[in-house]
Amino acid sequence: MIEIKDLEVMTIGDMEKKYPFVLSFLENNKLDTTNFKETTFNDYLEQFHPDEFEELALDKEQIKKNLVVFVNQMLSFLGMDKDTVESITILPGVDKNGKRENFDELTINKSEIISIVGPTGSGKSRLLADIEWAANKDTPTMRTLLVNGEIPDHGNRFSTSNKMVAQLSQNMNFVMDLSVREFLELHAQSRMVENPGEVIQRIVEAANELAGEKFDMDTPVTGLSGGQSRALMIADTAILSTSPIVLIDEIENAGIDRKRALNLLVNEEKIVLMATHDPSLALIADKRIIIKNGGIHKIIETDENEKVILKDLEQMDLIINEMRARLRSGETLEKID
Amino acid sequence: MNLITISGPPSSGKTSVIIKTIEAVRQRGLTVGIVKFDCLYTDDDILYEKAGVPVKKGLSGSLCPDHYFASNIEEVVRWGNVKGVDMLITESAGLCNRCSPYLVGIKAICVIDNLSGINTPKKIGPMLKTADVIVITKGDIVSQAEREVFASRVHSVNPTAKIIPVNGLTGQGAYELSTLVYSKEENTESVKGMELRYPMPSALCSYCLGETRIGEEFQMGNVRKMKMGENND
Ligand SMILES: Nc1nc2c(ncn2[C@@H]2O[C@H](COP(=O)(O)OP(=O)(O)O)[C@@H](O)[C@H]2O)c(=O)[nH]1
Ligand SMILES: Nc1ncnc2c1ncn2[C@@H]1O[C@H](COP(=O)(O)OP(=O)(O)O)[C@@H](O)[C@H]1O
Ligand SMILES: [Mg+2]
Ligand SMILES: [Mg+2]
Ligand SMILES: [Zn+2]
Repeated sequence: MIEIKDLEVMTIGDMEKKYPFVLSFLENNKLDTTNFKETTFNDYLEQFHPDEFEELALDKEQIKKNLVVFVNQMLSFLGMDKDTVESITILPGVDKNGKRENFDELTINKSEIISIVGPTGSGKSRLLADIEWAANKDTPTMRTLLVNGEIPDHGNRFSTSNKMVAQLSQNMNFVMDLSVREFLELHAQSRMVENPGEVIQRIVEAANELAGEKFDMDTPVTGLSGGQSRALMIADTAILSTSPIVLIDEIENAGIDRKRALNLLVNEEKIVLMATHDPSLALIADKRIIIKNGGIHKIIETDENEKVILKDLEQMDLIINEMRARLRSGETLEKID
Repeated sequence: MNLITISGPPSSGKTSVIIKTIEAVRQRGLTVGIVKFDCLYTDDDILYEKAGVPVKKGLSGSLCPDHYFASNIEEVVRWGNVKGVDMLITESAGLCNRCSPYLVGIKAICVIDNLSGINTPKKIGPMLKTADVIVITKGDIVSQAEREVFASRVHSVNPTAKIIPVNGLTGQGAYELSTLVYSKEENTESVKGMELRYPMPSALCSYCLGETRIGEEFQMGNVRKMKMGENND
């Protein structure tokens, strides 16, 4: 544990060298240290007149306290073994009528894909949220989530950088006024990525493979088309995040190559759960969870038979995609045999 | 009684989050009362009445609503105790980004939304920086990456707070929030003698006192002038 007395005596320049993330702390707390790189942090704070602090609505002691907390949180995050999730286990809770769920326990191992199906409002997103929160009988469903067979440390629930879960949700709009590059830089920073330049390059390349129309680093994120934003988000989730669990909530109407997107997201190291209404996505999974009235009603393994049907479905998807492309380019359609 | 102070910029989703959280709290058999502080107008009280909770509203009119809060919170707490609710929630609109209604020892929650812009965490003062819990709303409108970037900015100005996303429309996250706000042990009978977490600006100028005329000769007390040189500070 770093203590404030360790930080106080360092020059700001040394502090930034040793703990680069301190830069964003100072920046966001409006502490302009440009001309104080040789000054110790303590002397820097001391040169403010109390009125200046009042002026900035800052509090010296609070800043010191926050800096120590921040540095320790970041260090512990960087030193942590990520990817230590071998499996997650869901223990049953209750459905919307308070009736116990219809399974004993469900363990999902690394590299498995699970789909979640059921009518709108049945509780698919709720199940994903239970996993993200690492539910411990403290959500409306009263489910319990185990990680590697044990109740996990719930202290990470509020961490903004140390996420066990990466979510890909229905909405993939952007509202920030930034270019693709600036945006990815910020995101990489928030995830404490070590070689941001290279990672950002890879994300944009992968996104351009997914999306039909290409975009470059200097495109404003708000100027991306729907398909481009989604492609960017999928590539970003796949490449930037080290989270061992990926949750996908209904990405079907995304105007992107779903199969390819999934390939990018899934790898040996990850656990993937996806809520979906799309039969081909549902069957790509190893197992599917059927949700009814808020509860897990059934768990079905995708069998050989269904894998054959999956091939047919994928064929149909191809036909639909091709028809769509032709219609878009102004052709008239003919029957395909 | 538990006392919880909730503050945040206008339209950040305070009322929506409170209503969803009350639902979750009541599911656990607890009763709730609400006090709404605003400046000129609010019909949040109607929404709360519809939700079936006792509600009191106070409009600060010509005063800063947070100053008004400080002058009234004691009576408000008495009201809550007379009503016999388990939890009293105050909602106040943080209008000036400088004042905040939080008291030392009383749970303080700040609600901000993902749409407010990435520099917002820098702009909001003690209302964000001294909160115990920060609720971020409207995550449904932006992508995961944007939510993460926003949350990490918030985290860097208040690393000790618990940061939790809540969807004010669907209530996703409200149940989780409800587990953070209530504690069995807390019993606030009165706030007399308690302290604000951060002092409000002490400045009083002629205009605070009703002056309406423009011009140097009418300005008394705490007057501050902009520097009109080349540089902006
Ligand atoms: N899309 C979306 N809208 C929200 C969310 N939370 C609140 N709103 C909307 O934002 C507006 C302002 O919310 P309100 O609760 O009145 O904000 P307050 O002024 O802070 O109390 C309303 O139209 C809400 O329906 C959210 O999580 N997502
Ligand atoms: N077991 C349950 N008990 C109580 N409420 C539930 C349960 N499961 C789901 N809900 C609630 O039902 C609503 C709809 O669920 P949601 O997950 O959004 O459905 P879907 O994603 O399938 O459309 C949500 O408010 C959710 O919190
Ligand atoms: Mg859903
Ligand atoms: Mg309101
Ligand atoms: Zn004020």
